Amino acid sequence: MKEALLRIDDLNVTFGSRFGNRPKVRAVTSLSLEVAPGETLAIVGESGSGKSVTALSILRLIPEPGRIESGSILFEGRDLLALDDAGIRSVRGNRIAMIFQEPMSSLNPVLTIGRQVAEPLRLHRRLKRRDAMEQAVLHLRSVAIPDAGKRLGDYPHQFSGGMRQRVMIAMALACHPRLLIADEPTTALDVTVQAQILELLKERTREADSALILITHDLGVVARYADRVAVMYGGRIVESGPAAALYADPRHPYTQGLLRSVPRLEGDCGGRLDSIDGQPPDLAALPPGCAFAPRCPHTRDRCREAPPPLESAVGGRAWACYGYEEGVA
Amino acid sequence: MTTVAAAAPDALPVRDQPRWWRFTVRLFRTKPLGAAGAVVFAIFLFSGIFAGVLAPYGINETDLVHRLEPPSRQFLLGTDHLGRDLFSRVLMGARLSMIVGFCAAALATVVSIVIGVLSGYLGGWFDMLTQRLVDAWMTFPDLVLLIVIVSVVGPGITQIVIILGLLYGIAGSRIVRGAVTSVREHVYTHAAQSIGAGTFHILRRHILPNVMPVVIVLFTTRVGAVILSEAALSFLGLGVPPPAPTWGGMLSGDGRTYLYLGPWLALAPGICLTVVVYAANVFGDALRDLLDPRMRGT
Repeated sequence: MKEALLRIDDLNVTFGSRFGNRPKVRAVTSLSLEVAPGETLAIVGESGSGKSVTALSILRLIPEPGRIESGSILFEGRDLLALDDAGIRSVRGNRIAMIFQEPMSSLNPVLTIGRQVAEPLRLHRRLKRRDAMEQAVLHLRSVAIPDAGKRLGDYPHQFSGGMRQRVMIAMALACHPRLLIADEPTTALDVTVQAQILELLKERTREADSALILITHDLGVVARYADRVAVMYGGRIVESGPAAALYADPRHPYTQGLLRSVPRLEGDCGGRLDSIDGQPPDLAALPPGCAFAPRCPHTRDRCREAPPPLESAVGGRAWACYGYEEGVA
Repeated sequence: MTTVAAAAPDALPVRDQPRWWRFTVRLFRTKPLGAAGAVVFAIFLFSGIFAGVLAPYGINETDLVHRLEPPSRQFLLGTDHLGRDLFSRVLMGARLSMIVGFCAAALATVVSIVIGVLSGYLGGWFDMLTQRLVDAWMTFPDLVLLIVIVSVVGPGITQIVIILGLLYGIAGSRIVRGAVTSVREHVYTHAAQSIGAGTFHILRRHILPNVMPVVIVLFTTRVGAVILSEAALSFLGLGVPPPAPTWGGMLSGDGRTYLYLGPWLALAPGICLTVVVYAANVFGDALRDLLDPRMRGT
């Protein structure tokens, strides 16, 4: 394996009231992951599983009252958590870029598209306005905005949702970042547009040889576009591995449950879809053991005592479950 | 493909007419009322500036033979109890009221922006502290503060501008802060952070343009309010001291004393005051609508 581009080690993020009169919410617990250059990693999980918080901590953009308690985030050999303000700003949008979930509101409504796409170039490359604008045209053209030159002076409200997400991609890739983080980039879009946007993301990152972290709750997206997958539950990674292997043979009961709840075209189509019983865990009161234990069909005493560690196995796979090694799950 | 690449630099929008001209055309075409307000406002502004040339008589030129005369061809708006020409005084009053109105409203807006934007965007203990100070300031009735400060520093146009500017600025900061706190939570502010923009850059490029609609309305309503406040101060004898002709002073001084003998003394400055304040407000509303790209026709 190539030297990792990004390596997160034992990251812990909590959200807590300042005066400590309420229990802290443990959004991310002991999270470790790696992204190789040019690789696409999908982080999958339900709402509140900590996937967005993980993404935001990479750029140190956790909103108040969130706090990175411990851990390290090594990017190109530097610890992002140890950088000063100017240091992290020179990484944001330059070496690591981010695309947000809502294309409708992630563009500033009172600035023209041209100025916004040119903004990272002006910030990081110190380009003159005209040069930045010329680059912006090229970037907009590369994300298939028709008549890119003429649309520079248009405002975001004159674009559709899919077009705005294209603009966001153009903006994110303007400085040729080594890593692009896309936080549910297609959730707010029509199904037909979703595929186009994902194709575009994949194609553009491949051309630029950038790595991509794709955050999603859509397993269909994962199967088609990701090289590797990390499944998150209750603030931890419960299973990770190459996308194909994970699909063919999920090891963690949560992953198995997720895959069973996705409709498939082949096989018997008449039956009801499986669902996972119970509710996602309360992050302010996580059980001492495995967070999935209350919903798991194979729970045993051990699972309630201590959280299972993420054990690596052959083929780049890893999972955090006591059950599998004992041949139950 | 080569033609496309070669054409790229030319593809930037060509601006054949200057921006302000296209804006003016748009103002007149889409907002006739606002345009009318702007015209009226401009007329008052220019007559204030050129009052010295336009006024047929000196502002303090008394003519005891023609005392309290109604409007006539000789005296367009009549004369007061000392025989001074009211038209000349209203013209000069336009200058003073415009100076007070503009400068104090501008100062107030700047103060509101600085306090409101910093307090709203930075949040935390800074916001807490600032807002409590603003609270404390606002618990005093305006007039009491005005009277106390003016009696300490003495009346005069500079003092009036500074005092009214601070007074309205501090109160108005609450409105700007409210707008900023809502803009701050928008995803585009986070997006700006995620591309590596610094705090000052975000404030200038992302926060400020988005609170401009609020700021413009704040400014134009303040112009009216400040002119009226100056009138109230003059009424109490704490405004710009006589014999300088401010509209407020004319309204409250001679206008009130001779309401029965010479109603034109109160009517002329009163109508001017109303018209200017109204004109400023409709112009401000039009400006707010036109500057918001979302309201722009495609």
